[in-house]
Amino acid sequence: MSISRRRLLGTFGAGAGLTLTGGLTAACGSNTGRGSDGEGGRPLLAHWYHQYGEPGTEQAVKRYADAYRKADVQVQWRPGNYDQQTAAALLTASGPDVFEVNGPTLDQIRGRQVVDLTDLLSEAKDDFNPAVLAPKTHEGRIWAVPQVVDMQLLYYRKSMLEKAGVEPPRTLDALVDAAKELTTGDVKGLFLGNDGGPGVLGGTPLHAAGLELITTDGEVGFDDPAAARTLGKLHRLFADKSLLLGAPSDWSDPAAFTQGLTAMQWSGLWALPQVKKALGDDFGVLPFPEDGAHGGPAVPVGAYGAAVSARSGHREAAKEYVKWLWVERTEYQEDFALTYGFHIPARISLARRAAKLRAGAAGEAVGYATDHGHAEPLLWTPASKTAYQDALSRIIKSGASPERELRSVVRRTRAELRRVQKKR
Amino acid sequence: MRGAAPHQKSPTRRSRFGRQNRTLWFWVFVGPFVLGLTLFTYVPLAWSAYLSFFDAHNTVSPTEFVGFDNYTAMLRDDAFTDSLLTFLVFTAFIVPATYVLSLSLALMVNRLRWAQAFFRSVFFLPVACSYVVAALIWKMSIFNGVRFGLANTVLGWFGADQIAWLSTTDPPWYWLVIVTVRLWLQAGFYMVLFLAGLQRIPPRLYEAAAVDGARPGWQVFRHITFPQLRATSVAVVLLLVINAFQAFDEFYNLLSDSRGYPPYARPPLVYLYYTALGQGQNLGLGSAGAVILALIIAVVTVAQARWFGLGRKED
Repeated sequence: MSISRRRLLGTFGAGAGLTLTGGLTAACGSNTGRGSDGEGGRPLLAHWYHQYGEPGTEQAVKRYADAYRKADVQVQWRPGNYDQQTAAALLTASGPDVFEVNGPTLDQIRGRQVVDLTDLLSEAKDDFNPAVLAPKTHEGRIWAVPQVVDMQLLYYRKSMLEKAGVEPPRTLDALVDAAKELTTGDVKGLFLGNDGGPGVLGGTPLHAAGLELITTDGEVGFDDPAAARTLGKLHRLFADKSLLLGAPSDWSDPAAFTQGLTAMQWSGLWALPQVKKALGDDFGVLPFPEDGAHGGPAVPVGAYGAAVSARSGHREAAKEYVKWLWVERTEYQEDFALTYGFHIPARISLARRAAKLRAGAAGEAVGYATDHGHAEPLLWTPASKTAYQDALSRIIKSGASPERELRSVVRRTRAELRRVQKKR
Repeated sequence: MRGAAPHQKSPTRRSRFGRQNRTLWFWVFVGPFVLGLTLFTYVPLAWSAYLSFFDAHNTVSPTEFVGFDNYTAMLRDDAFTDSLLTFLVFTAFIVPATYVLSLSLALMVNRLRWAQAFFRSVFFLPVACSYVVAALIWKMSIFNGVRFGLANTVLGWFGADQIAWLSTTDPPWYWLVIVTVRLWLQAGFYMVLFLAGLQRIPPRLYEAAAVDGARPGWQVFRHITFPQLRATSVAVVLLLVINAFQAFDEFYNLLSDSRGYPPYARPPLVYLYYTALGQGQNLGLGSAGAVILALIIAVVTVAQARWFGLGRKED
């Protein structure tokens, strides 16, 4: 054998080096589903969805995409931190053409990352739920087509309330008292998420006090003594030890409620089929209860929307496809909203037709969404939201002074509003 | 080296060829890594420094120059200064705790006459576990807040109330969870470093001490073992501080949820992650924070190296 160790290593090293560089170049040029044409000269569109938990949803959206004739649509089902993934992808030319988004955010619109879709809704605009269309609208232009409406509400266990002699709470004070009454050694009164509520409640308590996050004329809507009074009451829930904290699954999953760890839980409408399956008729639903003389019950509503990336190579084709799927093909919209998970169709005409949404708890829930639904305004930017959420956490958990905490949130929100209302 | 034999006929050609080869092979070996380092570390670093002087909301090619505005905003931001404080508190806990624990483990394992390899492996094993997995086990099964969590079950035997470990701010039980998970994960690694250090101490020192009448135990440890471990200790402390600076995985996995992160126990990297890469997408502000953090790390590391005399020749 006349091969020295050095030579062998050398050859191997060169090989490895080449393979490595080769691999790198290949990775850089990997297929992103963009910039090329699909079969038969049709444009190739990449359509991103976040991962839905309900089985069948992925197959359904792929079926819709296959049925589209004018373009070759490739559906990408993306698990993980979807918002972060799309935010990063929109910075480059290798992102999606069409994507669903829990937004878009004001800065995505201002940064011209998404395309104006106003003309897609020219005829059908009035048929879309106005509460969820409003946050997709900025300066009169529409930036995403709402797909389905999601909402959150309070689930309560009828038998546990009866046993404790507690009426379903209709005011915030009653809720605080009920949660305390219902708390025993093994069962907590109320579950508002493992963080104690600041994450999931957001602006809902303010809405229940008759306030707003941002007013329609773009001002801070909670610079009011009522805000501090209402948020201060939430601290009592924590101080009374009535809140379930540190459950294995968070608020979005009804497991804590169905397993009997808590008598009441704040969760999404999507949880209703699971709750019904586990508890039968032993549950009821309520909106977040009102507080104060000017208050009213409140539930948060929101919608994923379909948006078109401004960096798409086929913007017109992508717009046409969005119009086809989310405006024209109402039978797909109905199937998507009602067959797999449990959502309210964004189209009012479809929501009225749906038999599944009329009876029992589902019917009540839809009523709450229609009468007491509040969506997060577009001007409520992530920076304001973080400041508010931090303040709410300190109010609830550390018993910080609501007045002082809210003052700094108001200051921060005003600065954000000034920034985003500045003309570019 | 029989393989080199054919070249021996012309020594001049061989050396020239050899030198050429050396340059070639240098680049073959080093090239891919230099390329990777430049592409994935230096370019992003420089880009981040560039971004920090711009209003870069949702863009990496900003146009609006703002000078030092992002820096002043970051330094005036209570949440950011709080995160630096969080980091200080965390370091003050974790560095001495890991140091003491891993040194004690090493001393004990080193004294074993049998099954030393077994115990060394047992204590080293957690190092192979990922931070994410360990954090999830700590969060969901050991320290969850309900009655069937491991910690609460144990408390239940003594009739104590269940504790929501990660949600209680007074007293701040979440620190117990955060510190224990990291201790469990990293103590074994530093134990191995200390073991190597211990085995390098010449036995004659102990023999001499015994002859001079030093009592085994504390006195020997204090005057022989501990001073002899100086080089290892310096390296361990440096690594521990740098690791603490990089704290992200277990914090994020223990405390974040789909709606964000609580305002406590939020180290700088987690805060910057939310500012720049979360829904915030304020890449200019996030970059400014990253640059500030990098400067702090650089200053601390240099100061520490100076203080301990890292790299100074040992006597």
